[in-house]
Amino acid sequence: MNTEMQGDSIIRLVNVNKWYGKFHVLRNINLDVKRSERIVICGPSGSGKSTMIRCINRLEEHQQGDIIVDGTTLTDDVKKIGEIRREVGMVFQQFNLFPHLTVLENCTLAPIWVRKTPLKEAEEAAMKYLERVKIPEQANKYPGQLSGGQQQRVAIARSLCMNPRIMLFDEPTSALDPEMISEVLDVMVELAESGDMTILCVTHEMGFARKVAHRVIFMDAGEIVEENNPEDFFNNPQADRTKLFLKQILQH
Amino acid sequence: MADTTAHKDEEQAPITERIPAVGWVWKNLFSTPLNTVLTLFSLWLIWKVGFSFVDWAFLKGVLFADSRVACREISPHGACWGIISERFDIFVYGRYPHEHRWRVNLSFILLIVALAPVLWETMPFRKRGLLFTVAYPFIAGWLLAGGLFGLDPVNTRNFSGFMLTLVIGVTGISLSLPIGVALALARRSSMPVLRIIAVVFIEFIRGVPLITLLFIASVLLAYFLPPGTDFDLIIRVLIMVTLFASAYMAEVIRGGFQALPRGQYEAAEALGLSYWKSLQKIYLPQVLRISIPGIVNSFIGLYKDTTLVIIIGLLDPLGIGRSLLSDAKWAGLAAEMYLFVALFYFISCFAMSRYSLYLERKLEREQAAEQN
Ligand SMILES: Nc1ncnc2c1ncn2[C@@H]1O[C@H](COP(=O)(O)OP(=O)(O)OP(=O)(O)O)[C@@H](O)[C@H]1O
Ligand SMILES: [Mg+2]
Repeated sequence: MNTEMQGDSIIRLVNVNKWYGKFHVLRNINLDVKRSERIVICGPSGSGKSTMIRCINRLEEHQQGDIIVDGTTLTDDVKKIGEIRREVGMVFQQFNLFPHLTVLENCTLAPIWVRKTPLKEAEEAAMKYLERVKIPEQANKYPGQLSGGQQQRVAIARSLCMNPRIMLFDEPTSALDPEMISEVLDVMVELAESGDMTILCVTHEMGFARKVAHRVIFMDAGEIVEENNPEDFFNNPQADRTKLFLKQILQH
Repeated sequence: MADTTAHKDEEQAPITERIPAVGWVWKNLFSTPLNTVLTLFSLWLIWKVGFSFVDWAFLKGVLFADSRVACREISPHGACWGIISERFDIFVYGRYPHEHRWRVNLSFILLIVALAPVLWETMPFRKRGLLFTVAYPFIAGWLLAGGLFGLDPVNTRNFSGFMLTLVIGVTGISLSLPIGVALALARRSSMPVLRIIAVVFIEFIRGVPLITLLFIASVLLAYFLPPGTDFDLIIRVLIMVTLFASAYMAEVIRGGFQALPRGQYEAAEALGLSYWKSLQKIYLPQVLRISIPGIVNSFIGLYKDTTLVIIIGLLDPLGIGRSLLSDAKWAGLAAEMYLFVALFYFISCFAMSRYSLYLERKLEREQAAEQN
């Protein structure tokens, strides 16, 4: 085991395997994410990208290997899972805002009930993050009244309100109309460049990857096939599967 | 020039196209000879039955009279509503002692007070009102049965008439919702023991007619309970009716949970919210909203099923009415009595169904507004 790495790595996946029934969805995944590192994960549909990042906050269970997040090893222990989820924010492809709550209530719910923040403080913090994602004026609307891009920005703000150290993004722009993609990406770039947030983002937005990623990971058929810095990854891919994949997505 | 052509067009179009209602009538009622015959026959039937009914019930009906004989003297072939107007109080209070009837009245007024904060969402002091709603069943139980804090006890054997319907209906409705939610959660639980208990319970209750449960309540329970225990029959009936309604409610609520998009569960979990907090703040508000039609449907079913208690000797309005018929003064007025009881149930159930429709529309409007 690489003991020098341990000190500054915030997420470690060691020989992780997962099956859905007989289907081997994650195969021997090894991944070390350093504090404040920004990683973009790409790969063909069904390759296990979502499954991998969802294992990190235990939305999915893995069957073999270890996942260590911020020093805590993930087990069935509900308390530990809770601790980890507090530190790990997640943004979904389908936004998953709570439709019966206003934007502001969406943002304050978890701080109030998980972090026990007083209402007023939680609302002030929420407004700060809503300003950061550039929609403070929508605070009292319901999610259904917003456009897709606005909803996704609310979802980002909702996660940030918990002050997570790690943010997971699962294809945050692929459910959006083309003209809304950039408003969400802008917010994400700003988030990436402004702080020391550790970010894992599944996306096929290669411009975003080049701009903010320290490392790009390519997955196929449940394996990590290749990883490299963006420059080399895009200009000089090694594996045939990577080359094929890049050719396919760059054609569009 | 333009005028004349327009006029011509109008003349050329057949009447069935110019006036939509005429077109509809023609197409649907008189398109073929057989259709015409059937239409005319139906009209004749409606006229015949409708007119005879109006004639019997209203034109020749007698509203006030103190016996059947008195009615017949006034109008030999009309309805005799005396059985209702003269004995209205017994339909309402049944055998509840005269001198204590104010307690029934007070309970009823308090019921309206207790319902207000539930039905009226923007009521001032709604939170405090809801506290009263929660306390209401205990207050009403004490008022009606007495025996505590200086209130004379009234034997629950005397609970009858509309007040019995209300006691059973309100108890069943207000308890079956929370118990149904609990059962639905148990059935979805990851703990096998809890899940199995819930499944067995729900499937058993749903597989047995309510009448059977009521018989169990009236007869069988006595065998299980230690001899000498006098477990109030009304309470036993309330328990059975509530369990019955809860099992159905559980399935309605479970359907609501299944209709909630998976992303809602994932988002709640990813934020680190505990199961109970998510339930309270995220799942239940949405699930209950989705399930309103099913919930109200169960309520209406339960309310109507309360008439079944007649079988184990409790006197609901129907039972009261039948006992009136065996009184020589009123014998032979079955039609009037049944119509009146039917009307009573219809009005209550129709009100519930209208309210649910109103709620659905309101939520739809809200959702539509949210989507704009
Ligand atoms: N709950 C499940 N049960 C069974 N199979 C599943 C389940 N969830 C995902 N899978 C399968 O696992 C594989 C990996 O799914 P995953 O969602 O991780 O892929 P992905 O790389 O995120 O793909 P996409 O780009 O389409 O989102 C897919 O073949 C999928 O069909
Ligand atoms: Mg995916």
